Amino acid sequence: MNLEFNIEGGNFSRAGHASSEVKKMLKQLGIDARCIKSIVIALYEGEVNVVAHAYEGRILVKMEPHKITTEIMDKGPGIADIELAMQEGYSTASKAVREMGFGAGMGLANMKKNTDELTIESTVGEGTTVKMVNYF
Amino acid sequence: MSPSKRYHALTIDEQKCIGCTHCMKVCPTEAIRVSNGLAEIREDRCVDCGHCMRACPVKAIYVEQDDLKKIQTFKYRVVLFPAVMIGQFPEKYTEDQIYAALLKIGFTHVFEVEQPIGILKSSIKDYCRKSPANRPHISTFCPAIVRLIQIRYPSLTENLIRRKAPHDLGAHFAISELKKQGAKDEEIGLFYVTPCNAKISSVKSPVGEKESIVDGIINMNDLYNRVMKAIDTKEAPDTSSQRQNLTRDGILWSLTRGEARHFGERSMAIDGIHNVIRFLERLENEEVPDIDFLELRACDQSCAGGIMMTGNRFLTVERLEHRARRYAPAWKLQNTPAIKASKELKQKLIADQIISKPAFSLDPDRERALEKMNRAQRIICFLPGIDCGACGAPNCQALAEDMVSGNAKMSDCVFLQQMWENEGKISTSKAFRNVEKKWGELRFQADCNKRGKRNEGF
Ligand SMILES: Nc1ncnc2c1ncn2[C@@H]1O[C@H](COP(=O)(O)OP(=O)(O)O)[C@@H](O)[C@H]1O
Ligand code: SF4
Ligand code: SF4
Ligand SMILES: [Mg+2]
Repeated sequence: MNLEFNIEGGNFSRAGHASSEVKKMLKQLGIDARCIKSIVIALYEGEVNVVAHAYEGRILVKMEPHKITTEIMDKGPGIADIELAMQEGYSTASKAVREMGFGAGMGLANMKKNTDELTIESTVGEGTTVKMVNYF
Repeated sequence: MSPSKRYHALTIDEQKCIGCTHCMKVCPTEAIRVSNGLAEIREDRCVDCGHCMRACPVKAIYVEQDDLKKIQTFKYRVVLFPAVMIGQFPEKYTEDQIYAALLKIGFTHVFEVEQPIGILKSSIKDYCRKSPANRPHISTFCPAIVRLIQIRYPSLTENLIRRKAPHDLGAHFAISELKKQGAKDEEIGLFYVTPCNAKISSVKSPVGEKESIVDGIINMNDLYNRVMKAIDTKEAPDTSSQRQNLTRDGILWSLTRGEARHFGERSMAIDGIHNVIRFLERLENEEVPDIDFLELRACDQSCAGGIMMTGNRFLTVERLEHRARRYAPAWKLQNTPAIKASKELKQKLIADQIISKPAFSLDPDRERALEKMNRAQRIICFLPGIDCGACGAPNCQALAEDMVSGNAKMSDCVFLQQMWENEGKISTSKAFRNVEKKWGELRFQADCNKRGKRNEGF
């Protein structure tokens, strides 16, 4: 089962759309509530990052009987130092973004915490691809 | 308790139901389907919010209640009602007159359940203090919300506060007061007056409790009519002694912010089940700030908007707020005999942990569930996406899910049928028989007296 979503950079009111849809489906699959929660939190953070830091993005979700793989690909500035970006509290979010309640610098750390596998590939000036796998 | 045995207060009167789909369209959990021209409620999905009753134009959805005659078998006949009941009476009737009317109807004792509310308040405070990990703490006051969380937001059941509701407080308090007067357990009959069907279900089959404490349930709209018949506007006896433990906080408890104002540094109150759903979606995704306490109520204006309330909800709120001003706040009642002897009562307000009962999975077997989801996704490609309800399901997605669960067929979609007819894949008479099966024979014949001809109330 595959799903695809588009993300619009800068549109915070739409952030969370993909994670809500995915959540509904995971409930239909009867996945354990805690597990759903982790997946949804990670995916939401991924969505917000595209909205906050990139220009546009796409999410591919692949559901299999024992795992879910989500790939978030964006066109954007990219991340120069991924290790630094992963640190809790590190953020380059603009003041405007922080005023909207985003940009605490916890997103990537939360994604790491809530997924079984997290890989980030990024090219500065082109974009970022985040791949997350959760087993259930 | 197995979900199928759970008590539900709602029944659909097949003689009255016109299969109009109004209830199906408003149900927040997609629990209703129409077949053979009649609405059906799926028990495992229903949260008892009462929205379907409100939407029914012919009042075909009703709530069963206990026979009031049952009270006569008891020596001490106690009527327990939430303070919100007083709010629906026209201002010209005093509390004393309303109490007197209740006694005239046949009760021997009258108790508003929110007394002494200070005990419940401090019990909830204790819980919140001792379980910081389960924040935000979610109130279990509204049974429809508890049920909604159990079936749709299972991960949030841990956040539900393990304390009982005011009707338990009122019941235990009434028993202890009457025992002081020499009453024996078996002589006491407790009758709870409910503003909604959700409270009925929770009283009859309590969640997080072993058994119900109440002997009977009375619908508030029914009692309202009886009181209005019995009430005497001339002077009434002084019944204030029965309200000694009633406080401002107690009177306001069942209104919006009635609880939220007391707990946590950051608390929120949300009323209206659709508002609550939107919020819980966010809460589940951790898209909300650090909140301590959540008061969530299924009805707009909380219990003042209960499905069995008579009168305008805003006027009810106004009268109660006005009334509350005449009563002392709960903290001033700390030294009364009732509060001092509250240790035992407090113990009785502790509830078991509430377990989740997810009701949205497509199949208990995950591989099969995934297979069904794949099929539903493919089916959706063929449905028009009009969400008209003419198939007997609330929307195209729900129909697709019903299909993969074996509860519906492609031909239930009237537009698909039309297309098949056009393509010569199905005969017109076969197609027509299909719709008749769904909506009942004769449904489509001209008949000025048929059911559903007029939608009374719209
Ligand atoms: N998709 C992305 N494109 C570009 N930069 C990103 C992206 N995701 C994260 N970053 C960078 O990594 C930093 C840390 O991300 P995160 O931990 O989510 O915190 P926050 O989003 O609150 O700043 C961001 O401030 C940003 O500089
Ligand atoms: S009471 Fe609420 S949940 Fe139950 S069938 Fe009616 S609208 Fe749906
Ligand atoms: S808000 Fe009050 S009246 Fe409405 S369902 Fe909940 S408990 Fe019942
Ligand atoms: Mg972020």
